[in-house]
Amino acid sequence: MIDTPTFWTLTALLGIGTFLVRFSFLGFLGGRQLPDWFVLHLKYVGVGVLPAMVTPLVLWPAATGGETDPARIIAALATFFVAFRLSVAGALVAGMGTLYLMQSLF
Amino acid sequence: MRRAAFWQGYRDCAPFIAVVVPFSMLFGVVARDAGLDILQVMAMSVLVIAGASQFTALALLQEQAPVFVALAAALAVNLRMALYSAALVPHVGHAPLGTRALMAYLMVDQAYAVAVKTYEDQPRMSRDDKVAYYFGVMALICPFWYGCTLLGAVIGEAIPPQLSLDFAAPVCFIAITAPLLRSLPHILAAAVSVLCAILFAGFPSGLGLIAAAIVAMLVGAQAELALRRRNLRSAP
Repeated sequence: MIDTPTFWTLTALLGIGTFLVRFSFLGFLGGRQLPDWFVLHLKYVGVGVLPAMVTPLVLWPAATGGETDPARIIAALATFFVAFRLSVAGALVAGMGTLYLMQSLF
Repeated sequence: MRRAAFWQGYRDCAPFIAVVVPFSMLFGVVARDAGLDILQVMAMSVLVIAGASQFTALALLQEQAPVFVALAAALAVNLRMALYSAALVPHVGHAPLGTRALMAYLMVDQAYAVAVKTYEDQPRMSRDDKVAYYFGVMALICPFWYGCTLLGAVIGEAIPPQLSLDFAAPVCFIAITAPLLRSLPHILAAAVSVLCAILFAGFPSGLGLIAAAIVAMLVGAQAELALRRRNLRSAP
């Protein structure tokens, strides 16, 4: 069980902390001109962050207790292929669909 | 004009509803399972509005970790948003402080990825339209995030674990990443990001992610500079 005071302390602090992280640059730098080298690196924020976030979720999923699951790896590759070549909406269907197909086969 | 940009954002992020629904429902289910009441579940989703860190905080609370440990881990998971925050400055940094505060509250992975892709695809978009577009994206995602968390919390155990709703999270992130791979440097950066995520797997959660992201950004930027130099040399 999670005790009530602990929960509310954590939730309040996490709410404030998360807001400050999000507000950081946008809030405090605002309209200021950023240096060119900085903007150049910012172009790669998305492709730097998101793959690193996906990788452990696919390779060591919490749902299997961190055990590598081939069905999820194949489903992740299918998602990527469809998202890259066809469409985002199709990728979502392909991803979950492939996972269900793999799970029903094995 | 601004109204058109708002609705364009609303439409552009529509496909992501398909993953926001299962992901937020899953949080509702897992949080109720961990012993939170419905008010607590909703308070967390509304105040934090960041799925991955909510799951992290919940898991650590369940393991009876000290509050500051759970807080540090959950915040580390959210550090990536400081990078999103910086990346949005050139596009919407001109907005009034109150508007920027609201944009900061609503900053989630989908909003960042969908908005920045459109900003780069349409460099002639006006600055006010960019702001309207951003709010259009979140006007669709936000109600689904709150609503489906509530739905998950209420129906709870009726959702069988065989549905593997947890997999909606990586599927969503892959679907928003693929369209960002627009050039060779972007593809290189993404590959480095995956590689570093594996190499840094032993780091505390969140920090490995930031380290991998920074290495990938350096590689992407250097690759772009190298390509520019080569094009300069080969030009007559």
